[in-house]
Amino acid sequence: MTTTLTSHRPRPPAQPPTLRARRLPKWLPPAVALGALLVAAAIVYGAGIGGPVLVVVVGALLYLVGLFAAANAVEGRRSARNRTWSALIHSAFVLAVLPLASVVWTLVTKGLERFDVNFFLTSMNNIGARDPQGGAYHAIVGTLIQVGIAALITIPIGILCAIYVVEYGRGRFAFAIRFFVDVMTGIPSIVSGLFVLAFWVLVVSPYFSSTGRPGFSGFAAALALSVLMLPTVVRSTEEMLRLVPAPLREGAYALGVPKWKTILRVVLPTALPGIVTGVMLAIARAAGETAPVLLVAGGGAAINFNPFENNQSSLALFVYQQAGDASRYAPARAWTAALTLVALVLVLTVAAKLLARRNRLGR
Amino acid sequence: MGETPHRSADAGTGGTRVTEGHPWPAGASARVAEAPVSTRTPGGPGLGGGAALPTARRFGAERAFRGLTLAAGGFVLVVIAAIAVFLIAKAVPALQANTESFWTFEGWFPNDAQPKFGIGALAFGTVLTATLALLVAVPIALGIALYLSHYAPRRVGTSLGFLIDLLAAVPSVVFGLWGREIFLNPVRDFSTWLNTYFGWIPIFGGDGPFGRSILLGSLVLAIMVLPIVTSLSREVFLQTPTANEEAALALGATRWEMIRTAVLPYGRPGILAAVMLGLGRALGETIALAMTLGITFNISFNLIESGGNSIAANIANTFGEANETGRGALIASGLVLFAITLIVNITARAIIYRRREFTESAA
Repeated sequence: MTTTLTSHRPRPPAQPPTLRARRLPKWLPPAVALGALLVAAAIVYGAGIGGPVLVVVVGALLYLVGLFAAANAVEGRRSARNRTWSALIHSAFVLAVLPLASVVWTLVTKGLERFDVNFFLTSMNNIGARDPQGGAYHAIVGTLIQVGIAALITIPIGILCAIYVVEYGRGRFAFAIRFFVDVMTGIPSIVSGLFVLAFWVLVVSPYFSSTGRPGFSGFAAALALSVLMLPTVVRSTEEMLRLVPAPLREGAYALGVPKWKTILRVVLPTALPGIVTGVMLAIARAAGETAPVLLVAGGGAAINFNPFENNQSSLALFVYQQAGDASRYAPARAWTAALTLVALVLVLTVAAKLLARRNRLGR
Repeated sequence: MGETPHRSADAGTGGTRVTEGHPWPAGASARVAEAPVSTRTPGGPGLGGGAALPTARRFGAERAFRGLTLAAGGFVLVVIAAIAVFLIAKAVPALQANTESFWTFEGWFPNDAQPKFGIGALAFGTVLTATLALLVAVPIALGIALYLSHYAPRRVGTSLGFLIDLLAAVPSVVFGLWGREIFLNPVRDFSTWLNTYFGWIPIFGGDGPFGRSILLGSLVLAIMVLPIVTSLSREVFLQTPTANEEAALALGATRWEMIRTAVLPYGRPGILAAVMLGLGRALGETIALAMTLGITFNISFNLIESGGNSIAANIANTFGEANETGRGALIASGLVLFAITLIVNITARAIIYRRREFTESAA
């Protein structure tokens, strides 16, 4: 059938022999790129307006224009647009990877300079501007204590609050709680620091300190961090509780289990991996906060295990202080502390993400 | 509720015992729950058996647990109220002591005997740096997200996506340190170049010194916000229904046309949410800006001359030497920052909710 048809109507000679549209030859885009670079170099060095960086920038722009023109002539407008956007998206990727890779590279190379035992076993007490030693022991202690207290405060309150919103809350009150948790998510970290300064450091702490005067403390920093963590914990827990299938709850009710026991024994264990992931991400974020600690913990140079009295430092604050320090040994300390901080945060984050992958509820 | 079975059971046994078997008046259902079994005829099988459900006890575990979660929910409201009350209480005396207009005065001298301070320049700097950062970061972030979700090979996409997620967790103090020590030099060279060839445009004018400028601050902010926006929008792009994408491709769309007609419209609310989250981060960012801006107190659109300031950076920088009024002034500026972020958040949420309704009704 088809053979007779084709034999009766031979193809017009003008059409291409295949069904496929005409395409740019494979060698053309690289050739356009090379040409664009050469032209750009000629323009830039001819006019004397810049160096190699400008050549690359101008060359990239010329390449986009040239590619569009070539594809437009051969393949048509739609394909030309497709090629140009594809090139743009790839260049966006390259453009962003450069600074991010630079951040990681500097962090690792400069951070390893002082990454020794001394750094982790000494504080900055009695370290003068000319001393090359000094370390972040006090800052690490401070970070762990503050984040630990903040987690102790936040996790029970946050999970209970999420349980109320998901399981019990009805009507205006629950809506108000959800709305204000949203509002809390938007609180800048420095504002939470200011709040704890106005509330705990200036008003409450004089009643507790032995001198009767307002004082900075690690506990104040923990309070500020928990204000920041609370909305994150509530939101992630809430999301996870909503993912628990209703038949699980109904099954428990049908067996005569009271609601509170259903929540504690059925709903929470089912949602647990997701909740732990959310909590760990919140902790990781809190560990990296500088601003609230700067305002309310004071940041001393000595080791202080007592969160309720006297100044305490933290890793993030240590980085900030050392970066502003005039000593020529300070930058190395700042970078090493930054590396330590990033390592701490990343361990938490990676663990949380791995846990999230094993989550049976999925997203 | 517990009435019907007994009546039918007794009715089944028949005889005069129907009336005798009811020692209580009909309709007194409160006592039905207590003694349904005892009223059955001894020996005769209860036909419609089963005990009534136990009524709620007044002080049981259920009530206690419910009250606990309610308290946790209420705690969030208490915290929000406390933040407002304490910040306002500390800010008002300082505002009353201010001898210049808080809104228009360009300068920050709250520690003088005649306190003078104004929020105008700081708020301007906050909004300007955040806007510039987003203008730079959002197109690039969307490009990377599209690359990772639709252009890169699947395996490369997931592993790089994981890396981007990790970069989103890097604390801002690290970006600040990098911006101050590494990124400053290229930005200074770029600023000088811009000034030489584009000095006739006011935003690139001025005669130095260049470097620690709005440009540096917003670029560092952009690099910081980039991973956050990327990782959120990548997730959104990945959730595009495969059916939509395949339908577009089957109709002969090029890859870009498929993205434009299927992926982007589907992801629009998610992209908007990601951008708004990035904006919130950028507005409240403290330490990265405190470490990179050149701290001046004037309103200027010049991007490349050393200078610039933001509310949060100013709090971090001047907190150390602030006295009573100074702290109040900083707290007042923190309130303004809170108000700005609140407005942004609420607007974002309103837009997202409305968009979501549209897309759902359209689907």
